[in-house]
Amino acid sequence: MRFRTLNELAEIAVRDGKPIFRVMLEDQAAESGRTAEREWEKMKQYYGIMKEAVKKGIASEGGSRSGLTGGDAKRAFEYARQADSSLGGDAGAAMAYALAVSEVNASMGRIVATPTAGSCGVIPGVFVSSQERFGWTDDHMVCGLFCAGAIGYVIANNSFISGAEGGCQAEIGSAIGMAAGALTELKGGNPAQVVHAVGLALKNTLGLICDPVAGLVEIPCIVRNGFGAVNALAAADMALAGVRSVIPSDEVIRVMLEVGSAMPDMHRETAKGGLAQTPTGRKIAERLAGTSGELKEGDNDD
Amino acid sequence: MRFKDVFSIIGPSMIGPSSSHTAGAVRIGRVARELLGELPEEAEVVFYGSFAATYGGHGTDVAVVAGLLRFGTDDERIPDALREAAEAGMKVTFRTGAGAAVHPNTLSAELRAGERSCRMTGCSIGGGNIEVVEANGFDLRFTADYPTLIVFHGDRPGVLADMTRLLSAANVNIGCMDVDRKGRLGEAATAIETDGGIPGGVLAEIRKLRSVTGLSYIDLNGGAAR
Repeated sequence: MRFRTLNELAEIAVRDGKPIFRVMLEDQAAESGRTAEREWEKMKQYYGIMKEAVKKGIASEGGSRSGLTGGDAKRAFEYARQADSSLGGDAGAAMAYALAVSEVNASMGRIVATPTAGSCGVIPGVFVSSQERFGWTDDHMVCGLFCAGAIGYVIANNSFISGAEGGCQAEIGSAIGMAAGALTELKGGNPAQVVHAVGLALKNTLGLICDPVAGLVEIPCIVRNGFGAVNALAAADMALAGVRSVIPSDEVIRVMLEVGSAMPDMHRETAKGGLAQTPTGRKIAERLAGTSGELKEGDNDD
Repeated sequence: MRFKDVFSIIGPSMIGPSSSHTAGAVRIGRVARELLGELPEEAEVVFYGSFAATYGGHGTDVAVVAGLLRFGTDDERIPDALREAAEAGMKVTFRTGAGAAVHPNTLSAELRAGERSCRMTGCSIGGGNIEVVEANGFDLRFTADYPTLIVFHGDRPGVLADMTRLLSAANVNIGCMDVDRKGRLGEAATAIETDGGIPGGVLAEIRKLRSVTGLSYIDLNGGAAR
């Protein structure tokens, strides 16, 4: 890749007079040695899997493998269509779709990691709801995925994208930044606005810990995907309105690295702290250990 | 760069619930299986760090066994991998290891089939991406994103030149290389990541080189970077 930072990415896009997604697509083809058309088809296939997961999750009343979660996407979707929903139907759909994909993930269904499975709901939530609202083609959405991928590539190589390394800010935070930047470009924003959207979004999740109850990617992961989709919409709107990330986005990414590196082990996906170690979180872990034979080690280390 | 391309960020297509604990573990299992070169009869898997704390809930145990069976990350049989392994005649044991791991999500696997055995340690670094950090006691680092050749050989002048000459003659480009040895003129190992697949004939010639004692070829994506 010709870029290491968001600043370099935006500079290349401006200099070449191309949107960010095209810079990513060309660099990807150069890196893999495959044609741009082939890489495009692969991404399009991924988008198809995302749409299927939305459809499956939004219709499901069923639960996860552990029985802890399930059915919330459907509930949220139906509520958001009512006149008194605070978010309204469009943002409500983004939230519900994000919940839907995360619920499919928790039930060992097929999803695309964006950038991880724990944060797999944010991008489909934002993308599928926006596609419906604005009547965009699948190809337009694939442009957005390449743009999101370029942003995630920078974040992953300068900070991290896994909860075990950097807490939930690394997973949900990265996903929100990617979705916000991509939506900004999909709606006609310029490269500078895309980069501002990423910085604005990341600032709002700095410090978020990874504390899954019983070690499962369910509580609070699923609802954080729902919130994440709404935050991405907000960050894109701010950037398109001309709001700037005064602390440059590349510097915000550095802060994510700093904060995540300083985060104690108990708050990095080990289920040894945070929500996982509340009285209720412990009780749930004990109950699951008793009934399923799983989680043999998850809740007794401290 | 730890993450090499757009599909290490958007992707993989996978069975949930965790890209680190499920998809990454499938891929580490796959690499261990290719290192051994055949279906293991016995496998001992040791989990460290966050893997040790939460492997049951995430299905990391199921996932690593799916990899040992050569399943892909989005294979719908992953949830049934333990049963499939038992039916294939594989005996698997799981342990948790104490002590500081090189990375929060680390596992090591010791595999045996007949006379052959191997040992490998790998880390799941996020989004289904992995980094192997040890193979048969050698500090070899590679990602398995590319076709990867692992050669065990004596530490002798010219061994690397012999290998790279054969690859060069087959027009295979080397993207990354890592060499480690246990001592001067002792045992050594080399990992070579290439841009395209390596033809079987070239692998056979490398295997025949005088100082070469073992060779494994790992190609999780059928010839090209993922």
